[in-house]
Amino acid sequence: MSASPAASANRPPRQPAPSKAGGTDSSLSQIEASCRTPVLFFFTCGAGWLLWSLAFAFVASLKLHFPEFLADCPWLTYGRVRPAFLNMFLYGFASQVAFGVAIWLTCRLGRAPLVSPLGVICAGLFWNSGVKLGVYGILRGDSTGFLWLEMPRYAFLILFCSYALIGVLTLITFHQRRERELYVSLWYVVAAIFWFPWIYSAGNLMLVFWPVRGVVQVVVNTWFTSSLRELWLGSIGIAAIFYFLPKILERPLYSRYLALYSFWLVALFGSWGGIFIGAPLPKWIPAVSTMGSVLMVVPVIAVATNCYFTFGGQFQRLGKNPVLQFIVFGLVSYVLAGLLGALNALPPVSAILRFTCFQDALVILSLFGFFGMVMFGSIYYIVPHLTQQEWPSASLMKLHLWASASGILLFVASLIAGGIQQGLALNDPNLLFLDAMKTTLPYLAGCTLGVILLAVANVGFLCNLLWALTRYCRTVCPCAEQFASNRKPAITGVTR
Amino acid sequence: MNHGPLIFLGILFTMALSWCGLVFAPQIQFGRQEVVNAKGQLYPPNRPGLAQQGKEVYRANGCQYCHSQQVQPKGLGADFQRGWGKRYSVAQDYLRDVPVMLGNLRIGPDLTNVGLRRPDDETHTNLVWHLQHLYSPQSTSPGSIMPPYPFLFEKRPVRHGQPASPDALPLTNQSRAEPGYEIVPTPAARALVAYLFSLQSETPLFEAPAPPEPGTGVDTNAPAAASTNVVGPASTSPPKP
Repeated sequence: MSASPAASANRPPRQPAPSKAGGTDSSLSQIEASCRTPVLFFFTCGAGWLLWSLAFAFVASLKLHFPEFLADCPWLTYGRVRPAFLNMFLYGFASQVAFGVAIWLTCRLGRAPLVSPLGVICAGLFWNSGVKLGVYGILRGDSTGFLWLEMPRYAFLILFCSYALIGVLTLITFHQRRERELYVSLWYVVAAIFWFPWIYSAGNLMLVFWPVRGVVQVVVNTWFTSSLRELWLGSIGIAAIFYFLPKILERPLYSRYLALYSFWLVALFGSWGGIFIGAPLPKWIPAVSTMGSVLMVVPVIAVATNCYFTFGGQFQRLGKNPVLQFIVFGLVSYVLAGLLGALNALPPVSAILRFTCFQDALVILSLFGFFGMVMFGSIYYIVPHLTQQEWPSASLMKLHLWASASGILLFVASLIAGGIQQGLALNDPNLLFLDAMKTTLPYLAGCTLGVILLAVANVGFLCNLLWALTRYCRTVCPCAEQFASNRKPAITGVTR
Repeated sequence: MNHGPLIFLGILFTMALSWCGLVFAPQIQFGRQEVVNAKGQLYPPNRPGLAQQGKEVYRANGCQYCHSQQVQPKGLGADFQRGWGKRYSVAQDYLRDVPVMLGNLRIGPDLTNVGLRRPDDETHTNLVWHLQHLYSPQSTSPGSIMPPYPFLFEKRPVRHGQPASPDALPLTNQSRAEPGYEIVPTPAARALVAYLFSLQSETPLFEAPAPPEPGTGVDTNAPAAASTNVVGPASTSPPKP
């Protein structure tokens, strides 16, 4: 392992540490032009889906306090709203934004223009209609009943085919790269592009199409959820951290070898966790699963160490750059989620927290706190590069950062506190079940508040994004230019 | 450094490893498990047709997001003391289920043995209880946060002077319908209750034997008085589904 920046001289001269990626040469602008529309398309659709998913999260969290709320409508009963919220988040927001970031990183780090941007956009349109159809299916009552795989089979076919096109086109782009040397982010991206179809098709085929027998379904389902979280979303998130952190700090990544080490360990241990002692399964499965969760601490610490030393003590820079703030928030959440996940897997702890909303806290922490925040940071970095313009509103950006950060903190903290209280109450046999829930509910009010904050933050985000896009369209579209010249005063006010 | 093929192989290998460990190996080990003969009956039994339909209602409305269907072994949680089961759940119990809805959260009580706690009886007291509970959970369990499911019931006008339909749900004071109307459960509601009645898994199995009767003192090192104390709250408190 190379230790200090001085040792980086030992590395190959064409170290594609992102700080060296040139700024103005024409090939770079060609590359940006090739992936501009697809990437912006994915980001905008993702931001839209995020708002929808938060709206459903809001309804679900209200229903815990007011069970009669919207009870007359079968489409909006708690058991349908909750999976609809998570599916919209996972497939509408998270996966789409992941496509955008993966495509941009592949083009940028491989120095190759995107192959067939039109094909990617078409696949993206189909993906969106697949998500719509899937959510419609869940709300209609067609849910498959498997966690994170609730979308019915007709939606799966559309989603899988559109992903196949996106994945193949990204891989061809990767294959045609002109920068042969692989920066570590690209390892993660390429691996994620291979892993996603495997995870997603294996999950669907073995559970929905030809279901395996009995509790094997539960094992496959848990394998699916852990893999989707750690290997698909987790890989894209870490790829972004390893790219943007050195890039913004203008320092090389502390250790490439440590990064590769964490890559292989995440790949090895990422999909094992999630099955607890006490599940109706042969005992070796929970035992192995617990080991997987505990061993995930090693790559998590490796990532944290690598990023810490990449900072090189320049923590004062954190105060100025919102992109950096988003990324660091995501990084801290990643580490926290990994450590809490390992703790949660230990039998004495899981005996208390196994069936409580503490489990939800971990999911929210890694999906919103880690993945979501890292992706927001990436979008704030990428969009100005693609549109060649700064973000229209810095205050909306600030609003997004602070409202999301406080919303996530509130959301996760109340779920953790509520989960501990619920676990202790459930394990107390002298407390009636209804009373046990009554002591938990006050904590869950924090969730509702957290979701509202997140929704406010992301309305701001979507406005900012749409503003940036319309402004960009005005500058490139010739007819819009004429339109702009007619109304000059108003436009200059907007564009500064 | 360009290790394309090496990375590719590594990516496939690591994924294959967890796939073999958590998908393939369980499938080999117990993916072809068969029903067993327990006390002269096949276990798990086939659900009756109506209960099978009820399972679809249970899945479609996402009951499993709040209700688990797994009894934890002794030492993990208070499942036995709460009267949720006499033995812990094992793989055999779920053999006929697609999808298996173990549930990961207990916002509501565990339902593994709800069909034993509130069994179908001659007078249909429990059938009525379940229907009332689905129509208005607060009316049967004050303080419950379960959402009501009015869409599983039909609100019909009663013709003046006519007797109420024999299917109409007798309502308690809190959830009385407007005068001139009656509440009739839909086939979906009846199917769902039939499914709840079919949720019973206390048949002793080789891997999960029935516990000794309380008081025999075989299973515990604690004094008999202490052990009956532990069982006490569950047996005295009314069963909560």
